[in-house]
Amino acid sequence: MEDLDEIVHEFLVESHENLDQLDSDLVALEGAPESRELLGSVFRTIHTIKGTSGFLAFNVLERLTHVGENLLVQLRDGKRVMDQPTTDVLLEMVDGVRALLRHIESDGTEGDVDVAPTVARIQAVLDGATAPAAPEAAEPEPATPEPVEPEPEPVDEGTVARTTVEPDEPAPTPDDAGTAEADLPQQRRPEPAPPRRKTVKKTPPPAVQQPSEPPPAASESAPHPVDPGEAPAEATRGAADGSIRVDVDLLDALMRQVGELVLARNAITRLADNVADVDLARASQRLSLIASELQEGVMKTRMQPIEHVWSKVPRMVRDVAAACSRQVRLEMTGGDTELDRSLLEAIKDPLTHLIRNAVDHGIEPPEDRTAAGKPAKGLVSLRAYHAGGQVVVEVIDDGKGIDSDRVAAKAVEKGLRTAQQVASMGQAELLQLLFLPGFSTAEAVTNVSGRGVGMDVVRTKIEAIGGTVDIESIMGRGTTWRLRIPLTLAIMPALTIECDEQLYAIPQVSLLELVALDAQTNDGSVEWVRGAPVYRLRGELLPLVDLREVFSGPAREGDGRTVIAVLQADTQRFGLMVDRVLNTEEIVVKPLSARLKSIGLYAGATLLGDGRVSLILDVQAIARRCMNGELGEADRHDQDAQSDVERDIEQVLITAIGEDRRIAIPLSAVTRLEKLPAASVERVANREVVQYRGAITPVVRLSNLLGGSASTGEELTVVVYTRRDRSVAIVVEEIIDIVDDDTAHHSDLGDRGLLGSTVLKDRVTELLDVHAAVTAGDPYFFDDEPADEATEAQGEVPAQNGAHRSGELVGV
Amino acid sequence: MGRQLATFSVEGARYGVDVLHVQEALRFQARTPVPVAPPGVAGLVNLRGQVVLAVDLRVKLGLPPLAQGVEPMMVVVKVGSEPVSLLVDEIGDVIDVDDSQFETPPDTLDAALRDVLVGAYKLDGGLLLALDVEAATAA
Repeated sequence: MEDLDEIVHEFLVESHENLDQLDSDLVALEGAPESRELLGSVFRTIHTIKGTSGFLAFNVLERLTHVGENLLVQLRDGKRVMDQPTTDVLLEMVDGVRALLRHIESDGTEGDVDVAPTVARIQAVLDGATAPAAPEAAEPEPATPEPVEPEPEPVDEGTVARTTVEPDEPAPTPDDAGTAEADLPQQRRPEPAPPRRKTVKKTPPPAVQQPSEPPPAASESAPHPVDPGEAPAEATRGAADGSIRVDVDLLDALMRQVGELVLARNAITRLADNVADVDLARASQRLSLIASELQEGVMKTRMQPIEHVWSKVPRMVRDVAAACSRQVRLEMTGGDTELDRSLLEAIKDPLTHLIRNAVDHGIEPPEDRTAAGKPAKGLVSLRAYHAGGQVVVEVIDDGKGIDSDRVAAKAVEKGLRTAQQVASMGQAELLQLLFLPGFSTAEAVTNVSGRGVGMDVVRTKIEAIGGTVDIESIMGRGTTWRLRIPLTLAIMPALTIECDEQLYAIPQVSLLELVALDAQTNDGSVEWVRGAPVYRLRGELLPLVDLREVFSGPAREGDGRTVIAVLQADTQRFGLMVDRVLNTEEIVVKPLSARLKSIGLYAGATLLGDGRVSLILDVQAIARRCMNGELGEADRHDQDAQSDVERDIEQVLITAIGEDRRIAIPLSAVTRLEKLPAASVERVANREVVQYRGAITPVVRLSNLLGGSASTGEELTVVVYTRRDRSVAIVVEEIIDIVDDDTAHHSDLGDRGLLGSTVLKDRVTELLDVHAAVTAGDPYFFDDEPADEATEAQGEVPAQNGAHRSGELVGV
Repeated sequence: MGRQLATFSVEGARYGVDVLHVQEALRFQARTPVPVAPPGVAGLVNLRGQVVLAVDLRVKLGLPPLAQGVEPMMVVVKVGSEPVSLLVDEIGDVIDVDDSQFETPPDTLDAALRDVLVGAYKLDGGLLLALDVEAATAA
């Protein structure tokens, strides 16, 4: 229903515009009856209104315009010459149309506007036309009595009064018009009058206005009679008055100026912050508020529904589908989603490209589809919606999807990535390869579902406007291309950060959260995976990029505080280490010199409140630059845990025993972590045992084994190591953490029962010799192994036997 | 045919740029360094609300940097439609030169220097080297 209202609204706006044009056209036509151009224009206008009103079921309107059109056809076909009576009835028709439109606007119905008299008069002129070129005064006359009847109102007096005034006015007009003119005001009256009675309660004011109205009506410009009718409408702001056309350049200029205003506002805000002046602070706040509202308002003026770009899509889809013999149904939702017009312009080409691709390469030929059990007709849907301060535009097909393995193979073949790199990539990352420049070659069309064509261009264009592109694809089910576009280009919220004494801006859209790191405290510090820093963010590994390193700047001092800005780039999340975070502010994006674009780290520049230039970081580019390959996947820790064993990195469980000692146990030697009541410990000879899972399990107290004070708690914290059907319970004081341990950093400093020591989480940590510890509890534990393997396995046994352990590692 | 060149000096040598290319000459302003930028990029300056790239001519001409504490001057030239600020030692006068005084750069000149020069005008007071603005500001 809302949609319909919108259509009606558009129809009203358009018709009002057209009618104004029509009035002047008709009058001009009277002066130049031969002008085919004017006639054509008039005819088109009436025809359009007629067509739309028929479509929208405004039957009265349709009837009125229909007769008018008939009259115009005669004029157009040269069967009739434009003369005054014709002009009059046509103008009267225009007024009738206007009255109807007003009514439709006020309550959505045509109401009881009576067009019969007008229709009759036009018909009369039409009938008279059968005897062509006979524009006699007699013709309109038969009609005159009718309109007089529906007019038993006070307004009448005015009319009568005027009819007497009138004759001197039309005097200069042709003689035959004399009588017709006299009718005119009366004829016209019925139309404007009824709506006036309906929309406006007060009849007197219009009556007062009337004297001024009919003279021009009779002589020249028809728009005037309408004015009184519209005057009351002003109160409610009619559809036609509600919108104006504005030069786009003017809007652009306004936008620029608002941008400057925002900058000036930022400067004032910064100054006001430094001064303890309440009045200044208040004024600055107010300025801030007004500037924001103004900015919002101006931004709105530049918004256009995305429909403007989509309007050509159905035709294009049809053509492309026909060209490559596909059957495609197109669905478009969210066409009213609005975007800044410059952005709209910018996404036009990429979007076209994606849609063509979806039809051409996404949707399979009908026979393949039926074979795959899908309807022969493929579906391409366009969706647009707002999400998180951005506009998301999706191009979805239900075609065959993209084979990521083939993408990977192609990338390796083209030398864009090594086989090793590709192997460690997830599906989402593999699909991102499609956007690599150089991936898109003609050959790729045949080999990789043809999806590589120009995708790098699509991404470049979208990123140029601060947007992102990503792909989701399920084999056999289809592909979704998702464009995320900022609402506007010129102004955006950004986070200002400091790195190496310079300020930089990070677009807020990329920012997920901020984590402050304090090197003084132990917890939450940066860990290293083979030289690559990572941070454990709520249990997930977050790859880190140090902005100083990106800039090849001086290294960070060890004790300095840092902040991690957690950023979202494409499919990856990463943390950008910066020195300091200042604040968030609205920044105005200034284009960057072409000479600096090639660096590929900056999205633009902006001016800060103090007038300094600051660079805007290109988050996507930084992510791509610093994280191609294995690191990008670091947050998939299950994968990492495996590869860590192969590398020199090992995950270890850090435990504490008495006297604040830390003992690291290779995670591969940990089957379960348990808490057991101290009372459950029983004895077999001089050994301690517990009944654990129905078996007698020897207990090894690390504090005893390694020499230290024993704990006397009621509960024992136990690390259970199980191999085959034997288990050993290793008692520790406390479980601290699981961390990555780089064996390269090990020191052989140790003692009996230890393999050495290392520094983990800034603490010297002893490395447990698991083999020795286990045999201390159960001398026969490793006896079922061939002797040579056992000796070779000395110390490293658990790691190598990782495959044997029963994969149930559960935290306490 | 005569032309007007806006002149400036770098390390004692005089250089000239067609005056039509020159937008303005300014005192030194605070620059924002651009990390990882190609050599010669001296940073970005705020020129009345416009962000303008500053190019250090000393680097482009293969000269040592200015002594500490000495501030360079800026000559803002239009390259294409984009203003670029050239950092120079001192700003000189606008001089009328004649094509008859012009000569292409001598072959003995250092290759790096030859790339950024159009040629030299033999003036009474010495040589005036005509700078190729496009080449000198290219990244």
